Amino acid sequence: MSGAPILSVEHLSMRFGGIVAVNDLSFDAERRKITALIGPNGAGKTTVFNCITGFYKPTSGAIRLTQDDGHVTRLERLNDFRIAKLARVARTFQNIRLFPGMTALENLMVAQHNALMRASGLTFLGLIGAPSWRSAERAAIDLARTWLDRIGLLDRADDAAGNLPYGDQRRLEIARAMCTQPALLCLDEPAAGLNARESAALSELLLSIRADQGTSILLIEHDMSVVMEISDHVVVMDHGVKIAEGTPKQIRDDPKVIAAYLGADEEEAIAVMESGT
Amino acid sequence: MSATPAAQTSRAPGAAFIFKKSLISALVALVLFSLMIGVRTEAGSDGQLTYWTRFGDLAAIVAAVFGGSIIIELLRQWWGPVETVRVVPAPVQSALSLAGRFVAPVLLVFTFLVPVLFYDERYILDLGILVLTYVMLGWGLNVVVGLAGLLDLGYVAFYAVGAYSYALLATNFGLSFWVCLPLAGILAAFWGVLLGFPVLRLRGDYLAIVTLAFGEIIRLVIINWQSLTGGPNGVTGIPRPTLFGIPLTPGDDGLAAMLGIEFSPTHRIVFLFYLILALALLTNWVTIRLRRLPIGRAWEALREDEVACRALGINTTTTKLTAFATGAMFGGFAGAFFATRQGFISPESFTFHESALVLAIVVLGGMGSQLGVALAALTMIGGFELFRGLDQYRMLVFGMAMVLLMIWRPRGLIGHRAPTVFLQRQQAISSDLVKEGHG
Repeated sequence: MSGAPILSVEHLSMRFGGIVAVNDLSFDAERRKITALIGPNGAGKTTVFNCITGFYKPTSGAIRLTQDDGHVTRLERLNDFRIAKLARVARTFQNIRLFPGMTALENLMVAQHNALMRASGLTFLGLIGAPSWRSAERAAIDLARTWLDRIGLLDRADDAAGNLPYGDQRRLEIARAMCTQPALLCLDEPAAGLNARESAALSELLLSIRADQGTSILLIEHDMSVVMEISDHVVVMDHGVKIAEGTPKQIRDDPKVIAAYLGADEEEAIAVMESGT
Repeated sequence: MSATPAAQTSRAPGAAFIFKKSLISALVALVLFSLMIGVRTEAGSDGQLTYWTRFGDLAAIVAAVFGGSIIIELLRQWWGPVETVRVVPAPVQSALSLAGRFVAPVLLVFTFLVPVLFYDERYILDLGILVLTYVMLGWGLNVVVGLAGLLDLGYVAFYAVGAYSYALLATNFGLSFWVCLPLAGILAAFWGVLLGFPVLRLRGDYLAIVTLAFGEIIRLVIINWQSLTGGPNGVTGIPRPTLFGIPLTPGDDGLAAMLGIEFSPTHRIVFLFYLILALALLTNWVTIRLRRLPIGRAWEALREDEVACRALGINTTTTKLTAFATGAMFGGFAGAFFATRQGFISPESFTFHESALVLAIVVLGGMGSQLGVALAALTMIGGFELFRGLDQYRMLVFGMAMVLLMIWRPRGLIGHRAPTVFLQRQQAISSDLVKEGHG
């Protein structure tokens, strides 16, 4: 097993025309840890996510992903689906992107596409119903069933994803990302729109994913109760640059962070300070 | 939709609303038809312009529009689009699934029996072959439009490629139908991939326009490449299919002579009927199997949300290309069958009209539904023949039937989607949740 951080972002910059969304950002995400990326609205957090997951090509800088076996992948050189397929980076979206017309179970089956594609002999073995394909399909359904059970949606497995309540959709999206068996799970505001009880359940789920699967997690979050409770490491961004990083406790007491939130939005600053008490 | 809370709530305000809407429709009709119908112009005996007015006809048309829109609005309110409710209600759903379970087998058995029941009626057999050809084309296009959500207006191109592949291979190299059939499919699939590459980045309307152009390009190449395709004269003398080498002819080596029965030209028609039935069922079987395989789920996921697909590591490029290739391959098979059935093909058979007809079948059937497409093909092709007695009003009646059907069922005959895998119970998914795809 490699001791290097799973993800290291080095001097990452992203420009859209004249606008600098991310400017010379560097940070590491430790293996088997939960790293949170926080900052006021418009700080460039989602842009960083899109660079890491290949939806944007960074203007400059390097993003290194080190697998458990020490193999290093340069994410900025891969594009869209290859990051998820080869580097095993999975992500969720700020505005939920499930397949609404497919059932919860089908959503989790689609997530296992690449593994099932190999098992089905690029469709041909599957078409003739080869036994190896049948057993692979059963295994995939079992994995999906396990995840549905973990997020408490087993009895709604055959309901359309679009019919599920909002909180369930959030959890289903995380389960779908986990069904790709990722090395790094990137979550874009997983607690957005959740009530206090659902947020607590989410924290529990993320902690159990880290403990049981050993998946490293990188998350963007505004809900400071979630961030402070589960993060091992927090990176704070404002206006495209990193202004602080450290343990949740260090961040909570950092005057620069409080100033950034105060300058941007009073309510958020109060939320940051209050969540410490 | 304006008339959502149908029967229970909105009948009282409905009257004024309907009246207003119908009045507007009547006004539009008045403006539109005042010159088209109200005034008749003709060249007189010396070439001068003569005209006379037909206000009576104009009034009749405007009144018809007024009355018609009242009827349509009433239908819309009382009858309503059945699937405005978010979830298909349980009784409707169970009734539908029950009906669905019986309709398909009954239809299949009936289709198998058609040549027995109507052995002496050549017209019915020919119509059956025509309907089955469109069922097959519909099922083929359903892979591209219904499952993958890629709007393809140039499907006839693959039909043409299949037909010309068989026609040219058979007439030039003497290859038999059974050798040419897979070749035609492969060539069509190849062209499907070739079309797929440039349109990968396009979505929605743009994709539709490029595929439309592709269909026209294929037709124009066929017309102008005279030395190969014979241009507008087409290809003649295409060999008829054989029963694995045994020709269906009156000669000594024919099937009739071998079986020791009297030769009849109907034998060949019946053979063609079962041939296209087998091809269509093959298409259906493969599509149903594919839907339950990762590739089929990826197609549907692509229709639902392409960005999410990429985030899950699905190669959207190959997924789209395989959808195009699979759809095109079935189009190619159907084309080869068309060529062998007709014995003569020309570019006239492969106009945009065919693409539009097949697309209409898929949309009318309910995108993605195999049974829906089959029913729609039967309605469109069979229904069109049914109205033959109405002469020039045939199109009018047919168009009106289509409009009514689309008001009643805006998402096609069978609008709900059947999940491909389930843990406890399979339940249909309302069409409101299923995306139509965007490119």
